[in-house]
Amino acid sequence: MKIVVLVKQVPDSTEIRVDKATGTLIRAGVPSIINPDDLAGVEEALKLKETTGATVTIVSMGPPQASEMLKELYARGVDECVLITDRKFAGADTCATSSTLAAALDKLGYDLIIAGRQAIDGDTAQVGPQTAERLGIPQVTYVDEIKAVNGDTITVKKALEDCEQIIEAKLPVVLTTLSGMNNPRYMNCNDIVDSMNKEVTVWTFDDLGIDESKVGLAGSPTKVHSTFTKDVSADTETFTLPANETAKLIAQTLKEKQLITK
Amino acid sequence: MDFELTKQQQMMKKLFAEFAEKEVKPLAADIDEEERFPKENVEKMVACKMMGIPFPREWGGAGADYLSYILAVEELSKVCATTGVVLSAHTSLGTTPIYMFGSDEQKKKYLPDLCSGKRLAAFGLTEPNAGTDAAGQQTTAVKDGDDYIINGNKIFITNAGAADVYIIFAMTDKSQGTRGISAFILERGTPGFTIGKHERKLGIRGSATSELIFNNVRIPKENLLGQEGKGFKIAMQTLDGGRIGIAAQALGIAQGAIDEAVTYVKARKQFGRAIAKFQNTQFQLADMQTKVDAARWLVYHAAMCKENGKPYTVPAAEAKLFAAEVAMEVTTKAVQLLGGYGYTRDLPVERMMRDAKITEIYEGTSEVQRMVISGAVLK
Repeated sequence: MKIVVLVKQVPDSTEIRVDKATGTLIRAGVPSIINPDDLAGVEEALKLKETTGATVTIVSMGPPQASEMLKELYARGVDECVLITDRKFAGADTCATSSTLAAALDKLGYDLIIAGRQAIDGDTAQVGPQTAERLGIPQVTYVDEIKAVNGDTITVKKALEDCEQIIEAKLPVVLTTLSGMNNPRYMNCNDIVDSMNKEVTVWTFDDLGIDESKVGLAGSPTKVHSTFTKDVSADTETFTLPANETAKLIAQTLKEKQLITK
Repeated sequence: MDFELTKQQQMMKKLFAEFAEKEVKPLAADIDEEERFPKENVEKMVACKMMGIPFPREWGGAGADYLSYILAVEELSKVCATTGVVLSAHTSLGTTPIYMFGSDEQKKKYLPDLCSGKRLAAFGLTEPNAGTDAAGQQTTAVKDGDDYIINGNKIFITNAGAADVYIIFAMTDKSQGTRGISAFILERGTPGFTIGKHERKLGIRGSATSELIFNNVRIPKENLLGQEGKGFKIAMQTLDGGRIGIAAQALGIAQGAIDEAVTYVKARKQFGRAIAKFQNTQFQLADMQTKVDAARWLVYHAAMCKENGKPYTVPAAEAKLFAAEVAMEVTTKAVQLLGGYGYTRDLPVERMMRDAKITEIYEGTSEVQRMVISGAVLK
C-alpha cells in the first residue's frame, strides 16, 4: 500500500503577528512548524507502515526552505519526501493548490491519501476535499481514528460535533485527519543520522505537466482584499445596579449590538 | 575553526530539547521529591533511540557523533539532572569501556542490548577506601580455574540496581599496585552479587546511587575486560570520556537555572516594575550567561577532541572543572534572583542548586581535575 500524506509548513500560530501597514503576516523571526493536523496524518501513516508494511510518501507544496521540515519527517521514519516548489505556484489559493497537488499525486500514484483537516494559518479545511474531487476519488473528512485496513477497504471513525460515524471506504480514498487523534512520535537518533543521506525530491512546474492557468495566482479565484486586526477598545461604562436590572441591561445591550437576536 | 553545529547535530538538539521539555520536565520535581528512578523517562529515551547515540550502527548504536550524545545530556539536564546522569553513566561509563576495550565476543554479547537500551549499564570503581585514590582498590578477583572469584564492595554506584550490566574493577595482583587492577563485566543476577544500601542524597535524588556487594561472585574468564592488570588504565580512560558527560550535565543544569530565572524576573514585579528592569538583575544574568557560554565551548571542544581522535584528557578535565563550578555559582545566583520563592520547592531552581553540587564531586572531584590540568601545564 502506498500512502501519500499532504503536509504544509506553517508559521507557529502561537507567535503570529500581523503587519498593520500591509495586512500581511510578519514571518521574520517566527518559527515554522509542521501543521499539527498534518503531523497527526503522518503519525497515522507511520503506524500503518508498522502494521501493514505500507510505504509513506510526503508531498508538500511550499518554498524551497520547506525541505528542512521534510528532512525532519525522514527523521521520524517516512520513506520519501517530495517538495513541489516553483515561483509559478506562488500566491495559490486552495483551488490552485489542490490542482497542483492533484497533478503531483497523479504522477506519484497512491492507494491512500491523508491530509490534515486544515492548516493553522488559513483554517480553510478545503485543500483535502478539493484534492479528492480533482482526483475523482472518495473522501472522509474529520477522521479521528483509523480502525482497520482490510484489502482495499479502510474503516475509519469520523468525528462530528455531536456524533461519531464509523465509515468504510474503498481505496483509494482521501482522509483528512485531526490533530487530537494521536501523539505524533518524536524524531529518533537513528533516523536523524540516516536522514542526512536522504534527498528531498523536488518537482517544479515543468515536472507536473499542468496548465499554467490553473496554478499560482493565475489559478486562484480567491483574492484577499485586505487583512486587518480588529481594534479592541478599552472604553467602558460602569453601572451599579441590582442583579435583576443588571441582567436586563446586559440583555438589552447585547441586542442593540446585535450579538443576540431574541 | 567553525563554531556551528552541523545539520545533524542541530536536528539532534531539536529532538532532545523537545523531548526534555515535553516528556522529562513535567516529572522532574516528583522524581526528586520521591527519590525514585525515572524508569518512564528511560523507556521513552529508548523509543527515541537515545541509549547508544555515539556508537556505530554495526553494534546497535545510532551511528552519530560524540557531541550529539553530549547535546542529549545537556538538554536533559536543563530540566532534570537525574535523567541526564542516567544517560551519561549508561553511555560513557557502562557502554563505552565494552566498546573501547571489549573483545569481539563481548561486543557482540553486550553492545546491541546496551545501545538499544534493552539493558542499562553502570560502572563500579569507587570503594569506601578508594575514592580520589582509586588505586587503593580492596575488592579482589582471584583466578580459580577458568573463573574469577570476586569479593569486596563498591559504593556510590550510579544506576546501581537499575542497571543490568556492570563494569567493575578488582585487584587481581595486589603486589603490582595499579598494574594489579583488572576490569570485569558483571551481570545482574550473578549469584553472590547483591545491591546494598541506597544512598539518600542532597541532589540528583532520582538517580539510583547504591552499594554493590560481591560475596564469592564466580564469573567466567570470558568476562575479563581487556587484559589482566590493565584495569586501572581502562578506568582512567573511561573516566576521561565520562567527565565530558558530567561537564555537559553541569552545563545543562546551569543553563536550565538561567532559563528559569529569566522567566521569573520578567514576571516578578517589585517597586512597580519587573525586576528584569533593574540593573542588578541584568548584570547578574549577563555574568551568568557569559560563564555558561564559556563552559559550553569548553565542553563542546572536549567532545570534538574525543570525536576526532585527539587527546582529550586535559580538555575533558578543563570542561568538567569549569562547567561544574559555573553550575554551582549560576544555580546559587538563580536562587538569589528568585529570592524567597527560589528557596521553596515549588520552583525548580533550589533543586538545580542541589543537583549542581555533585558535578564538582563525582567522576573526579574539581581537585582531581586541577591535578590533571596542572600536571599538563607544568610538564
